[in-house]
Amino acid sequence: MSNAVLVLIEPDEGRVHLVSREALTFARQLGGEVHALMLGTVDEAVLADCREQGVAVVHEAQAAGGELDAYSAAAWATALEQALEGAGAATVLAGGTERGTEVLAHVAARRDLPMAANVLAVTSTEPLEVERQVAGGAVLERMRLDATPAVLTMAGHAVEAVAAASPGAAEHRTFEARVTPADLRARVQRVQARGGGDSSAALSAARVVVGAGRGAGSADGFADVDALAQRLGGAVGVSRAVTSLGWRPHHEQVGQTGSRIAPDVYIACGISGAIQHWAGVSSSKTIIAINTDADAPMMTKADYAVVGDMHEVLPAILEELDRA
Amino acid sequence: MAELPDRASVVVIGAGIVGNSLVHHLAELGWTDIVQLDKGPLPNPGGSTGHASNFIFPVDHNREIAEITLDSMRQYKEMGVFTESGGIEVARTEERMEELRRRMSSSRARGVESRMVTPQEVAEMVPFLEPSVIVGGFYTPSVGVVDSLRAGTIMRERAMARNALTVVANVEVTDLLVEDGHVRGVETTGGTIHADTVVIACGVWSPRLAQMAGAHIPLTPAVHQMISVGPCTALAEKPGEISFPIIRDMDTFCYERQHGSDMEVGSYGHRAILHDVDEIPSNEQAKLSPTEMPFTSDDFDPQLEQALELMPELLGDEKAEMRYAINGLLSLTPDGFPIVGETPEVKGLWSAAAIWIKEGPGMGRAIAEWMTHGQPEIDLHQSDVSRFHPHQRTRAHVRSRAGEGFIKTYGIVHPGEQWSGSRPVRLAPMHASQKELGAVFFEASGWERPQWYESNAPLVEKFGDAVMPREHEWDSRWWSPIINAEHLQMREAGGIVDLTAFVVFDVLGPQALEAVDRVIVANADVPVGKVLYTPVLDERGVFRSDLTVMRLAHDHFRVVTGSSHGMQDLKWWTDRMPEGAVCVDVTSAVSTVGLWGPQAAAVLGSLTAADVSPGAFAFGTCRQIEIGNLPVLASRISYVGEHGWELHVPMEMGAALWDRLLEAGRPLGVVPVGIGVYTTTGRMEKGYRAYGTELDADRTPAEAGMARARLKDADFIGKEALVAQGADAPRAVLCTLTVDDHTSTSGTKRYMLGGEPILTRDGGELVDGHGNHAYVTSAASAPSLGRHVLMAYLPPDQASVGNELAVSYMEELYPVTVGSVDATPLFDPENTRLKGRY
Amino acid sequence: MAEVNILVCVKRAADVTGEVVLTADGTALDGRYSGYAMSGHETAAVEIAVSLVEQHGGSVTVLTLGDEDAVEQLRDALAVGADDAVHIEADSSAYGPADVAAAIAEVVRARADAGTAYDLVLVGNDAADTGNFQVGIRLAYLLDRPVVAGVQSAEVADGTATLHVGSAEGTETYEVALPAVATVLEGGVDPRYPNIRGRMRAKKAPVETVTAGVEPKGGRTLGLSLPPPAPTQVTVLGEGPGAAPAVVDVLRKIGVLS
Repeated sequence: MSNAVLVLIEPDEGRVHLVSREALTFARQLGGEVHALMLGTVDEAVLADCREQGVAVVHEAQAAGGELDAYSAAAWATALEQALEGAGAATVLAGGTERGTEVLAHVAARRDLPMAANVLAVTSTEPLEVERQVAGGAVLERMRLDATPAVLTMAGHAVEAVAAASPGAAEHRTFEARVTPADLRARVQRVQARGGGDSSAALSAARVVVGAGRGAGSADGFADVDALAQRLGGAVGVSRAVTSLGWRPHHEQVGQTGSRIAPDVYIACGISGAIQHWAGVSSSKTIIAINTDADAPMMTKADYAVVGDMHEVLPAILEELDRA
Repeated sequence: MAELPDRASVVVIGAGIVGNSLVHHLAELGWTDIVQLDKGPLPNPGGSTGHASNFIFPVDHNREIAEITLDSMRQYKEMGVFTESGGIEVARTEERMEELRRRMSSSRARGVESRMVTPQEVAEMVPFLEPSVIVGGFYTPSVGVVDSLRAGTIMRERAMARNALTVVANVEVTDLLVEDGHVRGVETTGGTIHADTVVIACGVWSPRLAQMAGAHIPLTPAVHQMISVGPCTALAEKPGEISFPIIRDMDTFCYERQHGSDMEVGSYGHRAILHDVDEIPSNEQAKLSPTEMPFTSDDFDPQLEQALELMPELLGDEKAEMRYAINGLLSLTPDGFPIVGETPEVKGLWSAAAIWIKEGPGMGRAIAEWMTHGQPEIDLHQSDVSRFHPHQRTRAHVRSRAGEGFIKTYGIVHPGEQWSGSRPVRLAPMHASQKELGAVFFEASGWERPQWYESNAPLVEKFGDAVMPREHEWDSRWWSPIINAEHLQMREAGGIVDLTAFVVFDVLGPQALEAVDRVIVANADVPVGKVLYTPVLDERGVFRSDLTVMRLAHDHFRVVTGSSHGMQDLKWWTDRMPEGAVCVDVTSAVSTVGLWGPQAAAVLGSLTAADVSPGAFAFGTCRQIEIGNLPVLASRISYVGEHGWELHVPMEMGAALWDRLLEAGRPLGVVPVGIGVYTTTGRMEKGYRAYGTELDADRTPAEAGMARARLKDADFIGKEALVAQGADAPRAVLCTLTVDDHTSTSGTKRYMLGGEPILTRDGGELVDGHGNHAYVTSAASAPSLGRHVLMAYLPPDQASVGNELAVSYMEELYPVTVGSVDATPLFDPENTRLKGRY
Repeated sequence: MAEVNILVCVKRAADVTGEVVLTADGTALDGRYSGYAMSGHETAAVEIAVSLVEQHGGSVTVLTLGDEDAVEQLRDALAVGADDAVHIEADSSAYGPADVAAAIAEVVRARADAGTAYDLVLVGNDAADTGNFQVGIRLAYLLDRPVVAGVQSAEVADGTATLHVGSAEGTETYEVALPAVATVLEGGVDPRYPNIRGRMRAKKAPVETVTAGVEPKGGRTLGLSLPPPAPTQVTVLGEGPGAAPAVVDVLRKIGVLS
């Protein structure tokens, strides 16, 4: 067996997916000949990316019966195993996408091989040792990968995708995948595209949540909060202090003892950010805090902060939205 | 963020309820340049305040805690963060009902409105409570909940509005700077601050901070489990935070407190789970906050079951989920009291720790007063950091007692109840002999002291009904009729008492006389060999202590005081030593044995060549005598009203002295008697006051019946105040009362144990000139009188001999009569026995 | 539709919501500050299983491999509606993903022999602590069953499971014949919290303790370390009303303005 590296690559908007290109860059560092496998049509754009990444051979799996038209991890694994034989690869690699991880896990399971997911770097080649992310990236693990072929997936953005010093040949080889009926027992039947914004979204599913705390001042201090939530098609969430004071109903409470939310954006107005509140909102993708106290925990943990009185800032935002 | 100043008049470390209250009150009292630090963010830096249940029950058996709590409630109300909900302590057993009746006594003794309620009445107030599970309840309408975080913010803001305070959050203290025993500053992750006063208000972290300076704040972080269940259908319709009374399910050590549509269930019933300070996570490491540790559900499951019994529908609601469950950390101390005041180890370093939400603002005010004026308005001697003896500051002791005390949080704690852990520690030299005599040991500041001797059991038969047996188990718990039999034997022949537990310290040096004269009320300028019994006052002319002082040489005085308050006395004196005088603690070097009674002189005379006849060895004098080959300092005073001596010997000779006294006493009927005689029966018959019960910083000598006809010429602490007091009539008068009839409605004779309210014969309240309700400060048998006697401060117009009043005990009234309105003893009022005339 | 029997496999792992702490020897995560819990994926798996059985009848068995403390996680699942539990008592640190899959497969076969055939076996997408992404897939091969990874919600009808997987494009739906294996990814269902009655039931629910018949080959961990902390960065958009345009820019940038 050669020391070739086979990389499972995926397409993205007509090109090779960024994480696949990162995997290719990483594969070059391993020193062997780099092969790529694409399930589906390899066009000139893909070949161009592969050449840039120094890929020697680009394998394209085809299935005359349409077995590869819909995603099936097992079918992909079958094709990958064939490419692995074809390339005589000592290492099989994928970007850390859901599919990349799943397909390689199938290969590892079938061949009773160890697998390393979310690899950041190779720390030793003889024997092969890698450093990888575990616990959601919070911890690094050094792992021995002493079987051939070595099966590993890359952690996202572990390396930067850079062009090879000299372009690869990117020889395009096509083969017929020998997909079995067993491979097709689990196969994507249909895909439903993501729906548009639902203005009456429940708090826990809302894409936008406008939060308000004691800074609202009184039960009458929520007009701007309601208006902004409505304007953004989101929901209103309040802190425990607010429900405790009877200003708003309990079902709007967000935090440890209320709803936990994970919106695209959480706009926290006049909320200091007590730990119990934070526990309920920390999964938000973006947090914008508005507070008079720049030292409040919510202001120091947020992505964006506005120092000011919510009763002055919110009307200005609404005005700005109207203008835009 | 505020800049960290490099200098401050005071640095307060901690921004929980305690630190926040303290900076507010310091600012109110005129302090400026206050810096407050916390390692966490505001307004919830992550300490125990952040997860507190925030309810306040104003009734406490302990007066100090009760007064602080009532002051805190006033402050919370003034800030607008108090919501009155009412609170009910419910009983599932008859034994608990008795405890609730005792709580009624404590309630009446403080003038707090409370009443006993039936299960049906409880169910009317709390419809989701299952009345068949309980036998009754104790309802206090003024119970409420507070927003302690909001209160903290308000108090910080008030101090900042006075331009007195700089608050710096997210800064951690890394070291305390100490020079020559005085704190000089604080090193932090944000830089160094120079300050001559530093307060540790760091809750569970306080021991670590104290250690940085070489001081001790002996507390341990301990787990209090709490869950929140919700949303409960029955609560969801009610607006606001709380609309039903808080329930304390005393027999299961649980509470149920509504919080919006959630019900919080908290427990003190699980095993004691103690942590070390170094095991507490940082704000970053913690999942919630450092003091909200991972919930251990196994520990809580039994509690849940019991809570479900009490509130089956509400808590059994399938829609009510357990979303929040923590092992919350709070501070436990070895004796259950807060730890406040200047540390005895480091000048200028103060502790403000182990303070609960209900005490926060009151303690904040008291500590600020203490720091400003030298003493707080409300007496805090039980909470004083200087109360701890060295062994009580050890980790093992703290953990043992805190673990044992945890279950007492809601427990039925008898006033005489003894600790079982962390014993024995301090053994008197005659301990082996005492054990052989069947001593029943009670603990005093670590000392094992015989409370009575089983070897004296035959005396119970000898004296028959005169030993005043007690029928009721509660009244006779931690008590024995042998105490009264020993008492009678002492009055008949004599008694020998081990007093090794005394705290003894010497004042030495060329300025010793001036030093002592400045501290005590009595005239210290007396000949060598005089013994003085004297109050020690503070600047306000109220009691700091009462103790005896022997002049042993022109430049040498020896102070003898009780063990429980001795460490505070030692600090009080040490702090007030001028150049040229020092205090030296000789407690562990001196063993003391008391010998008193009609045959005392005969016993001592048989052992010494010295002339110990009453004429030759005058009362109030001391001298060195020889008991065979033992050099003994004999001091002729008495706390039991009999002729006799305190005999002081080097510790290692204590056992020999004891043996010789026992042997010489035996043929004369002189027996070893326990401390029960010394501290209760003997002294109560004689009207002798005790510090901590009758005497404390809320009382003046005039009120205690201890005013002097004239004051010494020399100046002394409190003199000015005494002179000023002299012009006014006392606002309360300490009286001795006798119980006229002990028979309860059930026919059982009952005996009060102390703490009960004194009322008019028909149950009317008695309020003195301070606004305090009359209550029993001490209660004891007076076997020589055949009566049960009580001491109580009464309103002056009620303080007349023969006045007929009542004492409320377990919710029944018993008739009492005032027997004495000053220090005149009920027994031997002429003190002929004390003079040696039998 | 017939009743459905579901096996849910959970793992006790240190909760890594807060700052992660390692044990002194650096070989494992330390949960002394954060506590131990099953992962969010497994919590979702339990929810899916319990909901399906509520609809269709049948039973939910929860399984874990770990030391005796791991029973706590079984009780957690029992408290929210699982019917019984299997505790494979073993030192989980000695078990690699292939070993765990083998141990589970053994239980599935034993239970089938004893009369309980599991129509669906659910595992978490990846373990909270070791993150190998393999147990479910290896298990499927050992049992010769179809497997779908990353399932966020599920229905069953007529011997078929309809499994929904979130992807960048939307939701992919699989229809697989039972029996099957699925690895569950959190986010598709709102897991219930226990109520008190559930907690009481959990205390009394049966937990069968078994020992694993497989000799573990072990994982290949050489050691753990912590990455340097990422600096937290707050962008201050401004003060007062003047910051409004900057706020709207942010909203636009993150795509919540349609």
